[in-house]
Amino acid sequence: MTINPDQIIRFSPMHRLQWEEAQQKDVILYPEGMVELNQSSAEILKLCDGTRNLAQIVSDLEEKFTTSGLTNDITAFLEVALKNGWIQQH
Amino acid sequence: MAGSNNIKITPPRWLLAELTYACPLQCPYCSNPIDYANYQSELDTEDWKRVLTQARKMGAVQLGFSGGEPLTRKDLVELVKHARDLGYYSNLITSGYGLTEEKIIQLKEAGLDHIQVSIQASTQELNDHIAGTTSFQTKKEVAHLVKKHGYPMVLCVVIHRENIHQMPEILAMAEELGADYLELANTQYYGWAHANRDLLLPTKEQFEHAEAIAQAFKEKVAGKMKIYYVVPDLYEDRPKACMNGWGTTFLTIAPDGVALPCHSARDLPGLDCPNVKDFSIEQIWNESKAFNFFRGFEWMQEPCRSCDEKEKDFGGCRCQAYLLTGDMTNTDPVCSKSPKHGVIQEAIDSAKASAESANEKPLIFRNSKNSKLLSST
Repeated sequence: MTINPDQIIRFSPMHRLQWEEAQQKDVILYPEGMVELNQSSAEILKLCDGTRNLAQIVSDLEEKFTTSGLTNDITAFLEVALKNGWIQQH
Repeated sequence: MAGSNNIKITPPRWLLAELTYACPLQCPYCSNPIDYANYQSELDTEDWKRVLTQARKMGAVQLGFSGGEPLTRKDLVELVKHARDLGYYSNLITSGYGLTEEKIIQLKEAGLDHIQVSIQASTQELNDHIAGTTSFQTKKEVAHLVKKHGYPMVLCVVIHRENIHQMPEILAMAEELGADYLELANTQYYGWAHANRDLLLPTKEQFEHAEAIAQAFKEKVAGKMKIYYVVPDLYEDRPKACMNGWGTTFLTIAPDGVALPCHSARDLPGLDCPNVKDFSIEQIWNESKAFNFFRGFEWMQEPCRSCDEKEKDFGGCRCQAYLLTGDMTNTDPVCSKSPKHGVIQEAIDSAKASAESANEKPLIFRNSKNSKLLSST
């Protein structure tokens, strides 16, 4: 599964992304399961809100963290997210 | 024997709220205790709200509303709403029996995240026989309604000797119903399933055949449907890491308020499981005898104590050790290193003899009459 660079990306309505106070981290919740996220993964997924495509997510994060060259890392993570059904593109 | 006091206690993540033992179905592998009919009292709404609040504060996030049949509780929608306000991810674990479209909508509005519907077989005749209730058509309609209202749909089928030959049809049914997740739960032999083991346990050949079919299907539907396959541990040579370790992750509250480290732990002797009417969840989790009993490794006997796999499987299941060896601190006899491992082959042989017998005894269905009969002997 690959990310279509032109299409917008949205978080799956079948999952829930949520900050867990007790764990001090963001998690993805789904039927009978939970994935704990590190900070960078959570930052990427929070931008998958149905208004941005890949390039916009990359530029927003590069701006936020005043850095560059994030395209490969973000694309690789989003492909994992797509494969796991955490995000959608249609 | 109880866990030593230098063990780091992790907070609960999973709360299983067994709202009631009442159920319109009579499945002969029910995970409720055999003597459930002796526990008539149920927590009231305020008790449950307090339990949910206290467990959430400690870090519990996955919540299962279970039973019995949780739909028989009149305050289910109110409890679901309370759970959503607290930030739980709520799972309704139901037979589907009595679940109307109106109730599905109410539960959605209250914030329920997903509904797991159990189906007993791929045909009406066998489903209704196993469930002890005419329910097959209702269940299929409920599965459609669950999808229609935007819930992730989890179909759960418990697998045993009566339905294992239907594996291809069960998989086709899951596909037809549009299940997002399919739980293929090989029967775990506790409680009612233990009592009916001779009639429910398939042969190894039956297991391997069914598993191969399920595995091929899993690859076919990858990306569309997720398969949770609960392994038949009697055919394994290492035990399951039961409950992810005692008192590390899972908290079950029984209908009468008794707090259990696993839903079968009620049958273990001498644990003095505490009641949420008497103690807070924090006291129960951190301080009670029951929750500390099998934490860490101090309680273990050989061969577990010196085993290099003990941190992986925690010696297996305490309830299975108790049921099959009479001592809950023994190694789970599923393990081939257990000196009592022979009891597993005896169970398998006994079931095979029963299957081949001309006058096999009938299944004992899970109902109050049988519960009282079995628990009085």
